Amino acid sequence: MNRINQKLKENKKLLSIYFSAGFPKLDDTVSIIENLEKNGVDMIEIGLPFSDPLADGPTIQASSTQALKNGMTTNVLFNQLKDIRKTVSIPLILMGYFNPMLQYGVEAFCKKCQDIGIDGLIIPDLPVDVYNEKYKAIFEKYGLINVFLITPQTSVERINFIDSISNGFIYMVSSASVTGSSSGFGEAQTNYFKRIADMNLKNPQIIGFGISDSETFKQATKYAKGAIIGSAFIKHLKSEGVTKINNFTSLILR
Amino acid sequence: MKYNINNKGYYGDFGGAYIPEMLYPNVEELRLNYLKVMQEPSFKEEFNQLLKDYVGRPSPLYFAKRLSKKYNTKIYLKREDLNHTGAHKINNTIGQILMAQRLGKKRIIAETGAGQHGVATATVCALMGMECIVYMGEIDIARQAPNVARMKMLGAKVVPALSGSKTLKDATNEAIRDWINNPVDTHYIIGSVVGPHPYPDMVARFQAVVSEEIQWQLQEKEGKSTPDYVIACVGGGSNAAGAYYHYLENTNVNLIAVEAAGKGVNSGKSAATSALGKEGIIHGSKTLLMQTNDGQITEPYSISAGLDYPGVGPMHAHLFKTGRAEFVSVTDDQAMTAGLELCELEGIIPAIESSHALAVFGHKTFKPDDIVVLSLSGRGDKDLDTYINHFKL
Ligand SMILES: Cc1ncc(COP(=O)(O)O)c(C=O)c1O
Repeated sequence: MNRINQKLKENKKLLSIYFSAGFPKLDDTVSIIENLEKNGVDMIEIGLPFSDPLADGPTIQASSTQALKNGMTTNVLFNQLKDIRKTVSIPLILMGYFNPMLQYGVEAFCKKCQDIGIDGLIIPDLPVDVYNEKYKAIFEKYGLINVFLITPQTSVERINFIDSISNGFIYMVSSASVTGSSSGFGEAQTNYFKRIADMNLKNPQIIGFGISDSETFKQATKYAKGAIIGSAFIKHLKSEGVTKINNFTSLILR
Repeated sequence: MKYNINNKGYYGDFGGAYIPEMLYPNVEELRLNYLKVMQEPSFKEEFNQLLKDYVGRPSPLYFAKRLSKKYNTKIYLKREDLNHTGAHKINNTIGQILMAQRLGKKRIIAETGAGQHGVATATVCALMGMECIVYMGEIDIARQAPNVARMKMLGAKVVPALSGSKTLKDATNEAIRDWINNPVDTHYIIGSVVGPHPYPDMVARFQAVVSEEIQWQLQEKEGKSTPDYVIACVGGGSNAAGAYYHYLENTNVNLIAVEAAGKGVNSGKSAATSALGKEGIIHGSKTLLMQTNDGQITEPYSISAGLDYPGVGPMHAHLFKTGRAEFVSVTDDQAMTAGLELCELEGIIPAIESSHALAVFGHKTFKPDDIVVLSLSGRGDKDLDTYINHFKL
């Protein structure tokens, strides 16, 4: 069974962390992943940096830009990760924009992911219908779970469709925003969390965007299976470096 | 329809809507409504009325006698430079502001490079009393100061794009992020035939008035509605799309697309997308774009801010791939020289974008009885500083 599905079966709320590969230093990738696992993180989204990350706010944009300046490329990342399964057993997801993947070759990319032991992909600008028509068979051939996003504006009909073609979890974007924007969740958001929870979808939901501390983590996981932290973790990496990851995770999980 | 869009939003292999889910409701709303709205009699009436009384259409189709004599062929200039605000961009912004109103939107966002589209957007927002926010790269703000001032006078808020290369592509990213953050009441007026479907098609339809007029104007002047050639510069491709539109399927009409070679196609400082680009995705559209082997979008360069874009619209990618249009690239120097020549021969100061199209006459020989229509997409007022610096005037 795919590690993501296994993890989702565990009887606990899941903490998932996003970071941009190649930031702060080009070669930090593996030690960040190992440290996150050691400190109780359940799942990791490894960001493949892109020059034009449309769905990201300033923090992730800046870390992507820095990572590219440091020399990060698709090949470099695959190389860094080639032995990752010798030391790390939690689910690993690659998150990136579609163009770099397209240039690598979608099938070659998926095959490489399988070889390395990547469990899933999140590609915000690969639309659901294009995936369904053109790429689903390839992703499945290489055992990869593709994760789709929903937002407060996504219609019930479309949520049901996305649920029907998903086979891992649904990434629930907490509010209509790019990454790293909001501070705390208001009534509109909790209503939305409740509304989706009440739909009893076949796939569990993990909430992302705007989760930054134990407070927002608790609020989100009250309604969902887990939550994803990105920008707040990148800020921590920037100021504290890769050695003090436990300071961050212990604050969230306390 | 071999060259125009199909019902799935693609021109051949190009187009589509490669957008994050956060944009889906807005783009889908537009996709479902744009053709319906454009066909409403009240929409058509208001659009045509504004084009006539506010923009000053039809724009003249001017027989350029001295230029024709010099190049020994028959050259007509389609005078989009005489439109209100000085370029073809206003045809699209008038159309889109009416669309935004019909969709109940209250707030308008736009991106701009040279500032022409920003000014055209700020203008229609003032006309309709709507809030207007224009994203513009920090570098472009510095090099296009008069247009920044115009936008401000027209009541728009100009927000600097500080990410990436701080030029047009980054301004477009920022506008898209704004739209993600404001999914309900905002309409994004894209300035060219780029972006996710239905934008390329919608913008092309608003610009199609250009070739619609060329058809009857040529009929009056030449007794036939089709020229032998249509020449236009291509940044994103909207003035070209407008000038080609009604001739796309008529292969007796040769289409010439002119891209900015900057300091030379292979100099590393160029915006010649068809020569340097590969298929990929930029701003929600599958098209040709300049990128690294690794799929990172590269920084273009052109002396002309309006052509300084690393992609082309999906229609143009298709016209290139099928060979329907001939693509030519013109350097900064060639364009500047051609621009000055038009001043001297015809008393018209062209936008540097349009000067790129004019430089084709130095590259390519036409027959004496060929009818060549050139899209003079804009006037050169905004470019005076660049002309002055270039020629040490
Ligand atoms: C006068 C003029 N011509 C051409 C362009 C290029 O845009 P497009 O290729 O969409 O016509 C611009 C863009 O700013 C412009 O201002």
